[in-house]
Amino acid sequence: MTQSIRIGSGLGFYGDNWEPVVASIERGDVQFIASDHLAELTLAILQKDRQRDPSLGYARDVVPMLLRLWPLMQPRGVRFVCNAGGLNPMGAALAVQAALQSKGWHPRIAVVSGDDVLDKLQDQQARFDHMMSGTDVSNVREHLVFGNAYLGAQPIVEALDQGADIVITGRVADAALFLGPLVHGLGWRLGNAQTSEDFNKLAQGLTVGHLLECSGQGSGGNFGDQAHWQSIPDLAHMGYPIAEVYADGTAVLTKAPGTGGLVNFDTVRQQLLYEVHNPHAYFSPDVVLDMGHIQLTDEGDNRVRLIGAQGSAPTKQLKVVAGYKDGFKADVTWGFSWPDAWDKVQAAEAIIRTQLQERKIPFDELFVEYPGLNSAHGALAPLPSTAELNERNEIWVRMVLRTPSKVAADGFGRLFPWIALSGPAYTCGFQGMNSSSELLGIWPTLIDRQLVNAHVDMLEVKA
Amino acid sequence: MNTTLRIPLVQLAHARSGDKADWVDFGLFAWNEAGYRLIEREVTAAKVQAHFAPWLPGHVDAWPLPNILAVKLVLHGALQGGGARNLRLDNLGKAMGAALLRMEIEVSAEELAQAQKSPRRGWWPEATSPRT
Repeated sequence: MTQSIRIGSGLGFYGDNWEPVVASIERGDVQFIASDHLAELTLAILQKDRQRDPSLGYARDVVPMLLRLWPLMQPRGVRFVCNAGGLNPMGAALAVQAALQSKGWHPRIAVVSGDDVLDKLQDQQARFDHMMSGTDVSNVREHLVFGNAYLGAQPIVEALDQGADIVITGRVADAALFLGPLVHGLGWRLGNAQTSEDFNKLAQGLTVGHLLECSGQGSGGNFGDQAHWQSIPDLAHMGYPIAEVYADGTAVLTKAPGTGGLVNFDTVRQQLLYEVHNPHAYFSPDVVLDMGHIQLTDEGDNRVRLIGAQGSAPTKQLKVVAGYKDGFKADVTWGFSWPDAWDKVQAAEAIIRTQLQERKIPFDELFVEYPGLNSAHGALAPLPSTAELNERNEIWVRMVLRTPSKVAADGFGRLFPWIALSGPAYTCGFQGMNSSSELLGIWPTLIDRQLVNAHVDMLEVKA
Repeated sequence: MNTTLRIPLVQLAHARSGDKADWVDFGLFAWNEAGYRLIEREVTAAKVQAHFAPWLPGHVDAWPLPNILAVKLVLHGALQGGGARNLRLDNLGKAMGAALLRMEIEVSAEELAQAQKSPRRGWWPEATSPRT
């Protein structure tokens, strides 16, 4: 059994940059890279892909990513775990295999699936209450388009135990992508964890995963403050975080030498609390984490030691995130110039409201914000006086229609162009003629573990 | 010396926001122990709820974490039903962490001076003097 493992961060979302992973592989001395391609909303995007083409439904960036990284990983024995499978892990695995084979490369690829529980949510008899509002899913059941349970680390451990070089999953808990390799490599007890020592190790591993699952956000990216963010070096060559994890659970957060970014007490703790609710009960499929006794010791030179995560047994349920169709939107942005730019924007908005009313266009809401004035902080960014606004060089307005009618959303942009010749003067920069899109509501709920059957398939290696 | 001041949190702390469904959450981090004592005392769930009242239909949870000099905040009902149906440009609340740093708290001049002259806990590659 090994004494320690080094694992590096891959992507933090579908569309992230994989070039920083090169430094982690070449100079970071990692044995594993784990890559998170699925934000909460990503399955909604993948669902639209799958509707167009049933062979899609996965995060397609995994193919060019592995074409770039696999030839660097293979000679160093680095193994790769990702959730890029999305709604179609087998499709992703076959696409990766075909692309790598075309280069003469033949890694052992494992597929983890079983997270799709849409059929269970669609069962008329079943009750799936919204985790936050408590309402039953029956209100939106007929509009559901996907529903996936967050699997834990166990199937990833199984895939690695079977010798997989590349593991491609659907929805798993983000941090489980990292916990899996740690359990596999350090011989921790997972399915048979019993003692507080067992659960504390898993809690340390979960914390490591949580710190690494958002790529550069764990090493000084997106660092929210005033006057210190400029002290984080060389963001253009950001080094993604790497964790060195010991068999007893102790971990050191660091990054590859010669890279930008910063791993210190501040950047690590900012990621520690990211998207955490109750920090004393951070639920995952594998362990419940209490962060209340975590100690982050800043050793300097981009090394932060992590100890003190406390774990307890997981619950009998898994979290599910489902998505349902929730109407349409269309958004238009345009600008008016000085003089009286603010008053002109108000006049244009009134003209649009008049058209909506007179043409009896059905809608739920016309949302209005002013990019450059209040689109980042809304009502918390108080507007200057009307007199001052009218002296501004330009005022931009963004109008968004939310409507149950696709026809109304598709037609929204066409309410605007005629105003250029027949409305207030000096308008420019109209965008949004064809901007309609479908809105999705998110339905987080819980499901009994027994109803979810995770499984591992090894692709046949065709050398 | 014991004048009471109203200062924005940005003078004492840094923050990151995240989202899950219709909830936005913040980590709020003091630079040192002296600053932590102030944010723990001042940044209550009720005050944060009042700060975000213009757009927040739900309530706020707050958890102090002295081990990392932080307060965890969770805003319920902050995203018009969730990121995939939110009509704002900032549909995921990524900029809301900065909006939190606009929140004003009451501290004495002495407390502020103490927090601002105390060193930061962690390692920074450049100057390590506290922000003034």
